[in-house]
Formats: sequence, structure tokens, C-alpha cells
Amino acid sequence: MTFTIPRELEAELDELATRYPQKRSASLMFLHALQERFGYVSKEAVEWTAAKLGVQPIHVWELVTFYPMFRQEPAGRHQLKVCRTLSCALGGSHKLYRHFCDRLGLDPNKHGLQTTKDGKFSVEFVECLASCGTAPVMMRNEEFHEGVSCEQADALLARCS
Amino acid sequence: MSTATAANTETKPPAPAVETVRVKVDGRVVDVPRTLPDWQGKPQPTTMLQACAIAGAEVPHYCYHPKLPIAGNCRMCLVEFGTPMMGPDRKPVLSEDGSPKIARSVLPYEPGTPRGAIACATPISPGMEIYPSSPATKQMREAVLESLLINHPLDCPICDQAGECKLQEYSVEHGQAESRFAEVKVHKPKQVDLGPRIMLDDERCVLCTRCIRFSRDVAQDDALGIVNRGSHNSIAAFPGRQFDNNYTLNTVDICPVGALTSKDFRFRMRVWFLKETRSVCASCATGCNILISSREESVYRYEPRQNDAVNACWMCDSGRLNYKWIGREDRLLNVRSSRSGARAWAAVVAEIAETLRSAPQGSVAVIASARQSTEELYLLKKLAAHLGALTDSVERLGEGDGFLVNADRNPNTNGARMTGICFTEVGIQIPKIAQGIRSGRIHTLIVFGEDVTRHGIDSETLSKVSTLIVSDILPNETTRRAHFLLPGCAYAEKRGTFVNAKGRLQRFLKAVEPRGEARPEWEFLQELVHQVTGENLGPGFEALFNRMAKDVPALASAGVEWGKVGDLGAPLTL
Repeated sequence: MTFTIPRELEAELDELATRYPQKRSASLMFLHALQERFGYVSKEAVEWTAAKLGVQPIHVWELVTFYPMFRQEPAGRHQLKVCRTLSCALGGSHKLYRHFCDRLGLDPNKHGLQTTKDGKFSVEFVECLASCGTAPVMMRNEEFHEGVSCEQADALLARCS
Repeated sequence: MSTATAANTETKPPAPAVETVRVKVDGRVVDVPRTLPDWQGKPQPTTMLQACAIAGAEVPHYCYHPKLPIAGNCRMCLVEFGTPMMGPDRKPVLSEDGSPKIARSVLPYEPGTPRGAIACATPISPGMEIYPSSPATKQMREAVLESLLINHPLDCPICDQAGECKLQEYSVEHGQAESRFAEVKVHKPKQVDLGPRIMLDDERCVLCTRCIRFSRDVAQDDALGIVNRGSHNSIAAFPGRQFDNNYTLNTVDICPVGALTSKDFRFRMRVWFLKETRSVCASCATGCNILISSREESVYRYEPRQNDAVNACWMCDSGRLNYKWIGREDRLLNVRSSRSGARAWAAVVAEIAETLRSAPQGSVAVIASARQSTEELYLLKKLAAHLGALTDSVERLGEGDGFLVNADRNPNTNGARMTGICFTEVGIQIPKIAQGIRSGRIHTLIVFGEDVTRHGIDSETLSKVSTLIVSDILPNETTRRAHFLLPGCAYAEKRGTFVNAKGRLQRFLKAVEPRGEARPEWEFLQELVHQVTGENLGPGFEALFNRMAKDVPALASAGVEWGKVGDLGAPLTL
């Protein structure tokens, strides 16, 4: 699979790089943009970014492996992010996470993002989603859900196509 | 000329006074220079670590290396210190006995607790007191070491670094007998194939980043980085890319622990069995200073030896791994004369001497190798001068890399020039010698350390020579055709000197015994010169060197003597 960047995205990123005193500072913005477009950050995307910003690929790779929000593999169509920071942890986020894993046939003890074999769902724990008063909270892609019970979770899964 | 020299010595400006700063190390007053050269040689404010070193107090460290930029990440060099107390009038506060009061560094929110600073990156100031052996310093070191060992596998029995490992060394002084760590250690990648010559064990790594800084700033190949987060941090190259420049093995030397290992050396020998011999790399005209590690007459590895005038702390991988030929199975082991069938040194040397004594002037030619020591080239020149022989050497050109690899792949071209074996342009006499052989004027050829059939004297021409005297280490076309064959020594098997591309005379010492009947070339050449010319240039090696040092103008003007050359060599004016 060859890696091609749409022209308009490239133009956008080129402009972005000019906003920083050092091009390298735009690394994270590049990675966010590329993940948004392609769903994950591939090795080719890292090499492309490195060449654009005049650094070696390893130094972009350092960032990709450092930040958990960057995915090195494609995620499912529906990405379920369950908050596990203190309030949500007290409010039942582990129960919710286990529930999702059981329903989707995933291993609740495994670290990091997991995707179902059909590529439909991804489940992962994330840190604070900034709604501590309505724990447990979660996101399905860009959609926010508060006070999620197991029943509501089932209903949410049923709505996903 | 002599007046100019005299004027030079007289008008030499006095060395500028070094500006010093007075500090105390463990209560002892020392005056240290205000600035010292950094890794690139630029003057930088002297650090606490350097001040302690001058005072003779070693501060343990992992990430600091004098030839690399300072990172300050390992925290091992934390020391307690104090600075003169200042009053509201910005004058030092004095104690009752009139000495300045010292304010010890403490935590701002906890004034009873000493606060350390990393000695490698903290500049000294006048009146500063450094306490490298105070209880607080000791406690800081113990804490840092304990933290570094939390996830370390402690696999010292099978670790190549064992015996030359900083973790082990500092554990002796600052380690704890029992681990307080009750949890499960984090596992990281092991046996990571970083490149063709390097194997990485991430679990042993203390993340000092010396390898990253070396690759980026010295080798100019920014190939390494730290991936992942927190306790999963590991050194890595970009997936699918090889760590493969010509200087990768230096990272093994500077790795303070057993994380980076040389594929060539790993698991081959425990380092405490190795004998180290000071030598010089012979793979090019740079002449990097090296240590040869050997055991029981086998060479196991080369390591760079620090010489700031030549190679700093580094050497190239190609030179470092160029030692295996020394132990090759097909080494020439036996001396022989195919004329008389003699197979003993004394008889063969006497036979050669007799042949040469009866050779008419100008009927002999000498082709010597610029891989030979200056002493051997000097002896060959002596012989040639007596016989009125044409002499030359063989040029060996490659590509230079602008760092340590010189385009001239002979280690001693300048030695050959200096002794008069060859001219500035190496090899220009060889066509003349070939012509002389073809015309029948030259019928005796002396060849040392070169296969002349590959360097301008083809086999047909060589077959016209009636007496072919050859000394070499490994067999080749020329040695096969020799009438007299004299097995010689690898430079690791004898003493001698090379003159590098910059005109630095550097000595190498004997690491291992010669193979078979092989003898150092200087030894039998000394005998041969004695028997042919009647001149005794001995006895022994040192007498020979000192005689040469008087005879060869470049050496005489530098006033060198064997005992004065030293481990770092002596610069000559060529």
C-alpha cells in the first residue's frame, strides 16, 4: 500500500508548519491531522512527517509511541472510550468497561485499545473526559455519553450499525 | 634556519595566566580553572564534577561523558553543596572566626533536607563548597541507584558487560544488599537486532542516552531515540531501519551498562580474563589509538584508547573489526630457502646475506609495505642504500569520510617517506623497477608485506627475477614464487612505530606471540643488515629505535627517544 497525502491536506499541513519558529514543533499537529484523516498513524505517515519537518523518522516515532492517543493500527468504526479517572472509577467505569469487553468478546485484562475482529468496535480506557459529576462517562467516536449504565451501554451498542 | 628557531624560542609569548576559581571539595581548598573545554573543545564554565575530578574525588555518573553534550538525565552525580551566605548588603556573612558562612543547599519547602544538584551540569562559583562524600550525597546516590535497578534484570552472570559495568561498580559502593522491591519487574525487549554489528538488551538499559547523543552529534547519524513511555521507555531505531553507520560500535564502548553489545564480541570472553595492550589501529593513516584485548595469544577485540590529538575516544567499525586476519589458519609459519632447502632462520638469513653481498651495485630493488613499522622501513632503507637499490612502496587508496577514516589506507605512508623508502608520490618507482627487471639490470628483488603481482610487477616480470626475497604474513602470488621466504609478524605481535597522516609518531606494543616460526621483521632485518653491511644497529629494539631517531632527520629534529614517545605519540615536522 503506497501512502499518498491528498493535496489539500498537504497544503494545510505545509501552512501549519510555518506557524512555528521551528518546523519540528508542528510534529504533534501533523500526527493529529494524519490520524484524523487515515484513522491511525502508519509508519509511512511517520516517515512522511519526518521528511516534511526535517527530522529523522525515529524522532516522530518517539512521539507516536509516547502518546496513547496516537494509534499505530486502524481502530474500529465505533470507538468506545471509557473514562477511568478517579470519579468515573468510583462511579463504575470498570464495570462498564468489562461489560463492553464481555459483550464484544474482548479481553478486559489486556492493556490498551482492542478492536473486534470484524473491525466494527474498538474499546479502550481513557483518562478524564471532564465530566466528573456525571460518572461514569464515555465517548462513542465524537459523541459524549454521561452516567452510562450497562443497560444504556447495550442500547448504545444496538444503535451502532 | 637556526636563527629563526632560536628567535622562535626566545619570543614565545608567556602562556596566558589561567583564571582560577577557589572552591572547597570535601573541605579541601582547590583552585580550578574558571573554564574548561567542553565536548567540542570550546571553553565552558567549569562544573562541580570537573572540580571534584581535579580535587581527586570521583563523582559517579552514567550519562555524563567528556566527549558528548551534557544531558543530565541519570541523576547519579547528585552532590550536596553550599555557597557563601550573602547579607542584605550583598557582602559575605562571616562567622566568628572571620571565615565566610556557607549556606548549604536545601529544599526550599523543607529547609532541614539537603538538596543535591547534578555535578555534571552545575557550574562552580567562587567560594562554593562541594561535599561529594557527605552523608546526604551518599544517600542521594543510594536512592538513584536503587531506582535505576528497580527494573534491571540483574543478569550479571551472563552479561557481557560484567566486569566493566558501571552499575556493578557503583553497586559495590552505593548498592544495597537486599532489594526492597516486592513488585514484578517490567519486561522490555531483549536481543533487539539494532544493526549489523549491535545487539540491544533494553532491560539492562539505564536510559542515559549516551548512544543517542553519540550517534546524533558525533557520528552525524541521528538514528536512535527513546520510544514508549514511563517504565517502558526503550532505546530503538525506527522500525525497519538498521543502525548501520561506520561508528556504531563506539556506542558499545560508551554504554555504561550491558545494554548495547557488540555482535562480534558478545559471549566470546569474560572481560576480566583479557589482557589489554596499547597499540595503534593499522587500517588507515589516521592511526587511531587502540587497546588490543587478548587472551592466550588470541586477539578478542580492539577498543579505542583516548588520544585527543588523534581520535578522541572513538574509532571506526571497519578498523575495529579488522583483526581476524591475525589468527587466520593460512598464516605463513615457516622460514625457508628453496635454493639450499635450509629451514632455519640463521641459515636462511646467512644465505640471503651472502647472495646480497655478491650482488653488483644497482642490481637489487626493494619494494616495502607502508603497513610496516618505521624501524623496519629504516632497516630496509639501510640495506638498499648499501646495495644502491631502488626502493618504493605501494599506494593503498580508499575513500575518506571526513571524520576518522583517511583516504590513505596504509598506516605508515609518512614513515615510508621519512625513511626514504618512497617519495611523496608513493609508487612512482615501481614502473622503473619493473623496467629494470625486464631489461635484466635488476635481478634481485626484495619484497616486504606486499603482493607485487597486484601492484605493478606482473607474474611474467616477476619470473625474470633470479633472486626473490619475500617476507609476508599471509600467502599470496609473490610469496608462492619466493626463493627465500621469511614469515613476518602482525603488528599486534611486535613492537614498533607508525607515523600517521598528520605526522604523529605513535608506538604500538606487542599483544600476542608470533605464530609458528614467524619473527618480527625488524629482528631479522637487523641481523641481515649487520651481515651485509657490517653495521650493527642493535642490540635489541630500543637501541635500533634510538639509532634511527638520530639518523632520520624528521626524528632527529623532534628529539625523540623510545622512552620518550609515550602512549600518546609525538608530533613530528615532516
